[in-house]
Amino acid sequence: MSDTVSGPLTAESIAGAAYVVAALLFILSLAGLSKHEKARAGVIYGITGMVIALAATVWLTLQGAWGKDHALTGLALLVAAVLAGGAIGLWRARVVEMTGMPELIALLHSFVGLAAVLVGWNGHLETPDLSESLMDVHHAEVFIGVFIGAVTFTGSIVAFLKLSARMKSSPLMLPGKNAINLGALAAFVALTVWYVNDSQLWLLVVVTLLALGLGWHLVASIGGGDMPVVVSMLNSYSGWAAAAAGFLLNNDLLIITGALVGSSGAYLSYIMCKAMNRSFISVIAGGFGIAAPTAANKEYGEHREITAQATADMLTNASSVVITPGYGMAVAQAQYPVAELAHQLRERGVNVRFGIHPVAGRLPGHMNVLLAEAKVPYDIVLEMDEINDDLDGTSVVLVIGANDTVNPSAAEDPSSPIAGMPVLRVWEAENVIVFKRSMAAGYAGVQNPLFFRDNSQMLFGDAKQRVEDILRAF
Amino acid sequence: MTRIGIVAELGRETRVAATPATVRQLLGLGYEVVVEKGAGESASFRDDAYAEAGALIVGADEAWGSEVVLRVNPPTEDEIGRLAEGATLIGSLSPGLRPELVEALAARPITALALDAVPRISRAQSMDVLSSMANIAGYRAVIEAAHEFGRFFTGQVTAAGKVPPAKVLVAGAGVAGLAAIGAASSLGAIVRATDPRPEVADQVKSIGGTYLKVEVEEEMKSTDGYAKATSEAYDRRAAETYTEQARDVDIIITTALIPGRPAPKLLTAEDVAGMKPGSVIVDMAAGQGGNVEGSVAGERVVTDNGVVILGYTDLPARLPAQASQLYGTNMLNLLKLLTKDKDGVLRIDFEDVVQRSVTVVRDGEKTWPPPPVQVSAAPPAQAQAIQTGEGATGTSAKKTGLGPVGKAALFAAGIAVLFGINAVAPAPLPQHFTVLMLSVVVGFYVIGKVHHALHTPLMSVTNAISGIIVVGALLQVTSENLLMQVLAAVAVLLASINIFGGFAVTRRMLAMFSRGDGARK
Repeated sequence: MSDTVSGPLTAESIAGAAYVVAALLFILSLAGLSKHEKARAGVIYGITGMVIALAATVWLTLQGAWGKDHALTGLALLVAAVLAGGAIGLWRARVVEMTGMPELIALLHSFVGLAAVLVGWNGHLETPDLSESLMDVHHAEVFIGVFIGAVTFTGSIVAFLKLSARMKSSPLMLPGKNAINLGALAAFVALTVWYVNDSQLWLLVVVTLLALGLGWHLVASIGGGDMPVVVSMLNSYSGWAAAAAGFLLNNDLLIITGALVGSSGAYLSYIMCKAMNRSFISVIAGGFGIAAPTAANKEYGEHREITAQATADMLTNASSVVITPGYGMAVAQAQYPVAELAHQLRERGVNVRFGIHPVAGRLPGHMNVLLAEAKVPYDIVLEMDEINDDLDGTSVVLVIGANDTVNPSAAEDPSSPIAGMPVLRVWEAENVIVFKRSMAAGYAGVQNPLFFRDNSQMLFGDAKQRVEDILRAF
Repeated sequence: MTRIGIVAELGRETRVAATPATVRQLLGLGYEVVVEKGAGESASFRDDAYAEAGALIVGADEAWGSEVVLRVNPPTEDEIGRLAEGATLIGSLSPGLRPELVEALAARPITALALDAVPRISRAQSMDVLSSMANIAGYRAVIEAAHEFGRFFTGQVTAAGKVPPAKVLVAGAGVAGLAAIGAASSLGAIVRATDPRPEVADQVKSIGGTYLKVEVEEEMKSTDGYAKATSEAYDRRAAETYTEQARDVDIIITTALIPGRPAPKLLTAEDVAGMKPGSVIVDMAAGQGGNVEGSVAGERVVTDNGVVILGYTDLPARLPAQASQLYGTNMLNLLKLLTKDKDGVLRIDFEDVVQRSVTVVRDGEKTWPPPPVQVSAAPPAQAQAIQTGEGATGTSAKKTGLGPVGKAALFAAGIAVLFGINAVAPAPLPQHFTVLMLSVVVGFYVIGKVHHALHTPLMSVTNAISGIIVVGALLQVTSENLLMQVLAAVAVLLASINIFGGFAVTRRMLAMFSRGDGARK
């Protein structure tokens, strides 16, 4: 461990050096992911860093415990756990559907949270030989680590349940939910002070339960459409949980890595919040959908329907087509036919591009992954700011399973609950075709005046089937 | 089963109310279809084509005796008499212009639907026969003008000298006007257009014309989708515009119509006299009194100074196959609306504004005029949008809560807390905080550059990396306490899932991202 004074080339100093190298590799790994070309190298850096860190730690542990009888049990447990965990992890990674990515990531977050709780509990059980002031610090670290870990754990579990539709995705509306959250935080602070003065096991049990409850409530009160923010927020928490464990164990590698993950998650949350023009607090507080019904009663007029055949005709005559997918495309598993559609149109010389709203889907970058899975070249997949100015020169925009992210009221109606949210300005195109199952409002509960515009037409039905109909009509 | 009769038109009408294609779809709605012998002849739809589509070819009396009769033109007095009791007649009846026809229809125990009376709402666009006919007429007007005009439309530089492009003025940028602008500009002419509604400027531009704005203070917005009569000041300025333009352009196509009123006079005899010899005017409003002084409905007139004024009122009928196809489709769409259950039974629902609007006579009872339908076809929201859009971003700063002072205060407080903690914390903590702070900063800068498409791989990689918590568990797994060992082993298990799963899934995702040109190579 880094704080123990040791001579040259002891197990600790070698491990410490290995940790620095691993930390550097992790930074390179994240940096590599900033570009498509370097992304694969980035993953290699990450894996190398992880191998170095693990090898150093295992070696360090064995050095310290070699010859003692419990070391063998530990080693056996270690090998068994890594093998089992690795097998489960590889298996999940292999079988996961790309549409199910958000669930998997949320579930993985929960594992980090739970591991952090367990490490924290062990921190309590272990009584290190420390001076009194450091002992207080140690207790505080145990407590904080367990708290963050537990919030991450249940929060991620709820997110997982919501994303996999095992739980209703509408927000839970408990009366005084802000008071509950703040009360839980206040109780946490009070309990920490108590525990630092008198480290009883039952206090740790109480705080664990409190944090589990808080995590559950926090995410349960957030609706399905805010999931990109929630998932990246939980990503951030899982990082802070690791950093807290690093403080507890005096391990700089954990702190560095935890902080990297924590800040990356926080930054992603920030991007997502900016994309919805909302403050982070308001998403966490989950008070978004409440105001919606008041504006929904307005009369918008009539919408027009179009057939798949007519859509196909329109597309073949178009000079440029922009496709704006949303969560509905993921639900309908329509990415393959959509990619085929884009491919066929490109063969005919139509300029096809994709416009992706930052919060489309249930995970930051969700749509990109789905389109990549279906072999859509990434250089025609553009983000909102890149495509928005081109939309008024576009012949046809296909809105596939997106709603709030293409809602003109965000730009035009200051009284709308989503006013000010940056949206894809699809209504500026010559023609807009909206693939939708029905006329129901989107996640935000806001009616979408786009559907009633003179240049928009509705193509009702399952997005996948409709796109396949269009392909047949070509 | 209800029988639909497609009857022949009278006189010089070349169109027909249904084509073999629409007949097939009418049969699909559950109807039986009979076609009067030779009804589609002048639109190049032969009887055997109808028969092949599934219709029965019958004589005139039998066709008129059907329960539902489809027609293009309004029926004559005689023809009304031929309708069976309880029958439904659907056609272009122009009920607003011909009250005597409405009375005559109401005198019989029949139902009459005017296809040209559908309200101008988005949903009814598929049945809007006025629009589809106006579109054809606008195109044909340009063709007629080109036929009369003794020169090219497009400018050319040839070995035999330079040919200037023709200049075309289109008055009124409605459906017909826009069709005319499109047709003329695709022939290569320089096209200008006028219209009292300034919001059409973009539409004119989009199909290749130049919008001439009449500069007066007031503007007019349309509430029902049609142009209205204009004010005096506007008219004066507009008249000057037309006078100026008449001297300059070679071809003028006028399309100005105000529903239920005589067409406005846009060009005076002096304006016409000011035009160059060989110029052509197509007065598409000649049937409603004409936009041009001296035009005669249905006739070709040549003025003393050699200007040709065409007052043809049968422009759509001069493209019979095209017009019949669009008319038939409009008709079909109305019948689809009236036959919701596809059971071959026609039902009129007065709750539906479209069905209410087209019904002129129901079971011998006059139901004309229908209550007005308010639709705003104008896009006033567009201009507003930009303003409110800016306004919204202005207020968004407020919504997020803290002003610059508050933010600075919060920042200062954070620094102070950090300073406080580090100043009093015992030995290893300040180092840890240093590491933490630096890592957070590094993290922010590294992540800030991440490409938006890679957000999901980024998350799964950070997920894998946060499995580093396994290091903590590893350090505890050789503890002397068995409970600790077990807990640590569980933590190792969980963290391993993360590490292996996270890296593996990231690799899988990244392998899918491929570049377009790379794939083509």
